[in-house]
Amino acid sequence: MSAHAHAIADDHAHDHGHHHKETFVTKYIFSQDHKMISKQYLITGLIMGTIGIAMSLMFRMQLAWPGESFPIFEALLGKWAPDGVMDADIYLALVTIHGTIMVFFVLTAGLSGTFSNLLIPLQIGARDMASGFLNMLSYWMFFISSVIMTISLFVEAGPAAAGWTIYPPLSALPMAQAGSGMGMTLWLVSMAIFIASSLLGSLNYIVTVLNLRTKGMSMTRLPLTIWAFFVTAVIGVISFPVLLSAALLLLMDRSFGTSFFLSDIFIQGEVLHYQGGSPVLYEHLFWFLGHPEVYIVILPAMGIVSEVMSVNARKPIFGYRAMIASILAIAFLSTIVWGHHMFVSGMNPFLGSVFTFTTLLIAIPSAVKAFNWITTLWKGNLQLNPGMLFSIGMVSTFITGGLTGIILGDSTLDINVHDTYFVVAHFHLVMGISALYGLFAGVYHWFPKMFQGRMMSKNLGYVHFWITAVGSYGVFFPMHFIGMAGVPRRYYENTAFPMFDELVDIQVLMTLFAIITAAAQLVFLFNFIRSIFYGVRGPQNPWSATTLEWTAPQEHIHGNWPGEIPEVYRWSYDYSKTYENGEYIIPGQDFVPQTVPLQPNEEELQH
Amino acid sequence: MTITVLVLVAIAIWQMTKIFELSQIKAKAGRSEIANEEDNKYNGYLMFAFLVFIYGITIFSFAKYGKFILPEAASAHGGEYDSLMWWSFLIIFIVQILTQALLHFFAFRYRGKEGGKALFFADNDRLEFIWTIIPVVVLAGLILWGLYTWTSIMDINDEDDPLTVELYAQQFNWTARYAGADNVLGDANVRMIDIDKANVLGIDESDPNAGDDIIVKELHLPVGRKVNFKMRSQDVLHSAYMPHFRAQMNCVPGMITEFSFTPTITTAEMRQNPDVIAKVERTNAMRAQRAAAGEPNSDPWEFDYLLLCNKICGKSHYNMQMKIIVETEDEYRSWLATQQSFGQMMSAGAE
Repeated sequence: MSAHAHAIADDHAHDHGHHHKETFVTKYIFSQDHKMISKQYLITGLIMGTIGIAMSLMFRMQLAWPGESFPIFEALLGKWAPDGVMDADIYLALVTIHGTIMVFFVLTAGLSGTFSNLLIPLQIGARDMASGFLNMLSYWMFFISSVIMTISLFVEAGPAAAGWTIYPPLSALPMAQAGSGMGMTLWLVSMAIFIASSLLGSLNYIVTVLNLRTKGMSMTRLPLTIWAFFVTAVIGVISFPVLLSAALLLLMDRSFGTSFFLSDIFIQGEVLHYQGGSPVLYEHLFWFLGHPEVYIVILPAMGIVSEVMSVNARKPIFGYRAMIASILAIAFLSTIVWGHHMFVSGMNPFLGSVFTFTTLLIAIPSAVKAFNWITTLWKGNLQLNPGMLFSIGMVSTFITGGLTGIILGDSTLDINVHDTYFVVAHFHLVMGISALYGLFAGVYHWFPKMFQGRMMSKNLGYVHFWITAVGSYGVFFPMHFIGMAGVPRRYYENTAFPMFDELVDIQVLMTLFAIITAAAQLVFLFNFIRSIFYGVRGPQNPWSATTLEWTAPQEHIHGNWPGEIPEVYRWSYDYSKTYENGEYIIPGQDFVPQTVPLQPNEEELQH
Repeated sequence: MTITVLVLVAIAIWQMTKIFELSQIKAKAGRSEIANEEDNKYNGYLMFAFLVFIYGITIFSFAKYGKFILPEAASAHGGEYDSLMWWSFLIIFIVQILTQALLHFFAFRYRGKEGGKALFFADNDRLEFIWTIIPVVVLAGLILWGLYTWTSIMDINDEDDPLTVELYAQQFNWTARYAGADNVLGDANVRMIDIDKANVLGIDESDPNAGDDIIVKELHLPVGRKVNFKMRSQDVLHSAYMPHFRAQMNCVPGMITEFSFTPTITTAEMRQNPDVIAKVERTNAMRAQRAAAGEPNSDPWEFDYLLLCNKICGKSHYNMQMKIIVETEDEYRSWLATQQSFGQMMSAGAE
């Protein structure tokens, strides 16, 4: 591989400027170039995200105004909303597909896929990914799985509706629920392909980070983004295969009459033959991926936030080594906490104790990260670009959402808030909104890198951030109270019996905030699309960052740098570094790019 | 309501176009898309305002929604549960208030200025040690307390003469089965379900323990006596959630799960609880309005404990519930005496 990379390097000395071999198809569709693939991931992710958020608005409207007739329901849901009143089955389907799309298609592929692809080669100083072909394959498998998931929305009996966790037997038995027929089969097929895509991507990221770092780029000089993507990929490789096995066994239970997860079932007047399986086994397999998955979602966001925050604070990230250590600790612990989703599943209570212990341990590295971010802001010279605002916002929602994790991770306290809206509020803040903020921070920050130096409008960015920031707290903060009132999640309406009647006001408030927040995302989409074509071109290094990606020319070329790959002499966080007399290392410039050798008299003060 | 939403959306869109137009004018004036001192100033102030907003929404939510939180626990372990909950809340609120204050205040205080200089401050072992060790100590305390409580709640045993009750879940309703005079449930399996004979729980008719079992659709519990619940499901996963008792356990097809608690407050007493009285009044005021408007689902409500399904189980998941009545030992006995036993049901069916 590296021989190949060098060949390209040599090529570029004369080849630059005339890419006569590239056709439209190889450049924009079956591209093997990491920069193009990253854009493909981002745009596919944004399209899926639009679908996912639109779904959430529909079920939020049903919750706020249960049983009301809305013309929009009739228009979008057709036979599932007779006279514009949403059907209970489709409510569950919307909830299910919203979760699936947001977790896997937007926050896994859209976030980690986009930025791992864009930044790994550019920030470590590599010509491209270790295998451009596998990378292309990874994207196209993701694309196919997105298409299948979208197709599943249109099947006769409706899409999968057993919740995004698709616990059997509900998901296994077509007679238990309309969505457990063809819709569920397509869901499983789509996810199987998604997992393959994720594995190909992750293996590629790992190999690239380990093998293709440029000269001088030791692991402890890497930007935290790369550390986060690298560790994320490792967790993905460890845990996604387990989800594949769960999906395959479930497919076999569904199609070939095996009994991995099913036993003793009497439904619709007859006893089924299944004997000896256990739904709890499925829960273990699912959450063995499912929990690391939330860290697969949040770690890249943390990496992006660390980088964007440091650049815009004009300060080194505080506690670089502690940040790496906490990423590693979170990654390790994330694989041994899955049981906290199962405290009341019927699993042995002793196991519950063990999982409580490991779960509350994970709060420690998380707390360290939060404190380190706050200290990074202290005495900075904060450049409040939209990316920076989203980074600060991410820390805020991560703290708010993370703290309630202390309640949920405690097996005792989980008993009464398990599967209530308290959980929904918790995870939306801590991994949904926070990871989305990470995604937005990344898009605003690296947009110039993706689109030939064009920049997104900062004013629209500010509008986007402030409405989103207020709106997301407006949706998810009051939601905790609904959970503490004992309202279970995934209820089609909360007015079937009088106990929750009086909560309808909160539901209305949350839905209004949700609609406003979603409208703000249209501002983002508009800004994004417009800036691709009409964005103002900024300088090559618009944020005055030290990292390698800004040394590459704005114009995308295959191989990233014309001529030699830059060599690295220092870590990536030399912002506002001074000599002892208070002078900047480079006079008049508050940052020292990684490509600048250590100056005489300069100490390599790091971490 | 719909109109309000539409109006709000319209206002939002109008605002955005306005802002966009403004940004266009400035963009034409040759501004770059990199934050300048003015942007830093406005956004810095907004960061401070946002801190006020976070505190504001917290206070607002507690003031306005605090009353929706479940009333005092009606079970013996519930008191311990609630105090662990409130202590945990106290801790997370202190942390929340402090960290959000630091985060947003720093964002405001250190907003960028032309020619401003940041401090190169890459690490400090003592600081990092402090904020690692504080969470360790606090969490260790919470873990120990939590685990101690967990172990005692989940220790399901036959001490203190517990009542044995089966909770049986199916799409989309609950059935309860009392073990009868022998306090032993008869064996059961879905393969023995016989709809024609009304043996809907699949109880083994030949099991001598089964004859005195009592099957009911409304759960009555004597106050002050420990109840050992055995949960079963015949079709998909369900979860037996009794929020007022701080009790929950999934019902899993193919296995019997367990939970145990001692009810401490009768339904009649709970109806006299001030929080509950207030809740019922608020709810009934809403229902009276609905009744005046001629809408359905508007009968006045009287408080009752509920058993809810809390694991997605299909189309009518949202309405899968059963009434729980906690009463005095005497009331319980006289109610139980009026119920037919499984043996009586079977022989009645055979005739």
